[in-house]
Amino acid sequence: MNLGKRNLLGLVYMAPALLFVAVFVLYPFGQLIYTSFTDASLLGGGKWVGAANYIKIFTGDPQFWKALWFTLKYTVVITPILMGLGFLLALLTAQNDRVLQFARGVIFMPVVIGLGTSSLLWFWLFDQQVGLFDKALVDLHFAKNMIVWFTNADWALWAVIISVTWKVVGFGMILFVAALQSISREVVEASQIDGASYWQRVGMIYLPLTFRTILLVTLISAIGSMLAFDQLYIMTGGGPRGLTFTSVYWIYQSGFIKFQLGYGSALAIVLTALIMIGAAIQIFLTSRSAQQ
Amino acid sequence: MTDAALSTQRRVAAVRDDRVVGTNTGIRYLLAAVAVFISALMLAPVVLSLFASVKSKADASAVPPTYLPYSFSTENYQNILNYQAGLWTYVGNSLAVAALAIVFVIVLAVPAGYGLARFKFRGKEVLFLVLLLPLMIPYQSILIPIYMMFAKIGLANTHVGLAVIHTILQIPFSVYLMRNSFEGIPKELEEAAVVDGGTSFQLFTRVALPLVLPGIVTIGLFAFITSWNEFLAALIVMNKETLFTVPIMLVGVRTGHLGAVDWGTLQAGVIISIIPCIAIYVFLQKYYVSGLLSGAVK
Repeated sequence: MNLGKRNLLGLVYMAPALLFVAVFVLYPFGQLIYTSFTDASLLGGGKWVGAANYIKIFTGDPQFWKALWFTLKYTVVITPILMGLGFLLALLTAQNDRVLQFARGVIFMPVVIGLGTSSLLWFWLFDQQVGLFDKALVDLHFAKNMIVWFTNADWALWAVIISVTWKVVGFGMILFVAALQSISREVVEASQIDGASYWQRVGMIYLPLTFRTILLVTLISAIGSMLAFDQLYIMTGGGPRGLTFTSVYWIYQSGFIKFQLGYGSALAIVLTALIMIGAAIQIFLTSRSAQQ
Repeated sequence: MTDAALSTQRRVAAVRDDRVVGTNTGIRYLLAAVAVFISALMLAPVVLSLFASVKSKADASAVPPTYLPYSFSTENYQNILNYQAGLWTYVGNSLAVAALAIVFVIVLAVPAGYGLARFKFRGKEVLFLVLLLPLMIPYQSILIPIYMMFAKIGLANTHVGLAVIHTILQIPFSVYLMRNSFEGIPKELEEAAVVDGGTSFQLFTRVALPLVLPGIVTIGLFAFITSWNEFLAALIVMNKETLFTVPIMLVGVRTGHLGAVDWGTLQAGVIISIIPCIAIYVFLQKYYVSGLLSGAVK
């Protein structure tokens, strides 16, 4: 078979997907950059306004920075919780014992449920009148009265964190379990001969040997948190007093509620720049692990 | 030290270690108990929601609430069946969008994976990165231009339009997984078929495709779950009540009438929206978990 011809054929197989990405990702991204320099709105417009939108972001939109700050805070608080709990659960369930495997399956289950759906479920559990999570806290004497979660930004943040932790902690766990199970028995046995205690082994063997997985999952998780929307839209609606808007929420608010497509685009560019850095590292790590 | 002695020493050490870490019976039971307790905690929200959904409407909104249903009623499910345009309209929308997304993802990602796995050409890895672009350009950030584009070409408020966005989400994972799947099958099989005079396309459809069927099932499964659950794009692209997908319908149910939330109906909706995901997870867990592992960290 002619080698050159065969090679071109590979491009033919890739063509539909490439075309799709070009039309529905690259072209819109180009449009996004262009639109960010215009005053486009849902009602029309689209005049070139130069850097006006960007100037507005940096000088005239404290709400965006508040939203970005809140998003960062959310990410910085929830990521260690998810990774730490995920790793502990992985340590607990990594062995292929029937009960532990069952637990692994159950802990992972909420990962397949939609974030929107789980947020509505927890919105109910957190309700100050009919919420059973609140009631359980009272019944177990962790709280005196039914807690009102969503009128205080910090409590609201914790409510969201609790619900999201329930929903996604299994994701990290399952990847950590796979990483733990791929550690060779000899290494573990050698440390046992040396008389290392269990927690010494966790620190000297399990953590270092799963480090790349931990890093990767941390990145995936942090990127996901930086893009948080559903859980806040549903549980807090950005409130109280606009204190729990996230970046994506604020872009949605600017673009689709206030109809400022041009300005929303500029906001999206700023967010994309932040995400790109994380994603580039993620792809780099993934491709490196594929080569190994 | 002889090998035999060493291995005995290891075995002894391993036994001693078992006592410390907990493969010994006492600690083993303790760990199992902890695992069961955590499982119960994880199941509780869904079970409580299920209970609330079969309470009577009054009981479901009773203050203080009860954990267990002391009445049984299908009232909430009847309410959700008749909510606005009717439950089946929304389920139908969600299913239509998911089905289209599955088809799009498979039609695009399977050949792309094959092209990447079986051919060598200049710039291939760069093109692979192009297909991974949706990871770097989050769809949340390009929804504004996509919305403008859809409005222009008539894809706003259509199942196809929303399915296209859900496809964008799935392309990187799916292409990556298909590439790995095709690379995992021995080249010899196709080489034998070449000797028998097969054309490239025949090799692809007759020889390679059947062997990567598990991979195809996996990417279809993920496309379904992503599409069924996706919220933001559905909120933006579907502006007509009759085109809402299930998650958007649920937000409507929550908003309720005259400010009072109909909690029982909301939980009935939550349960209905959860059922397909859990069913898929329980019956196709093997594909789901293996897909997750190979997609994220292989």
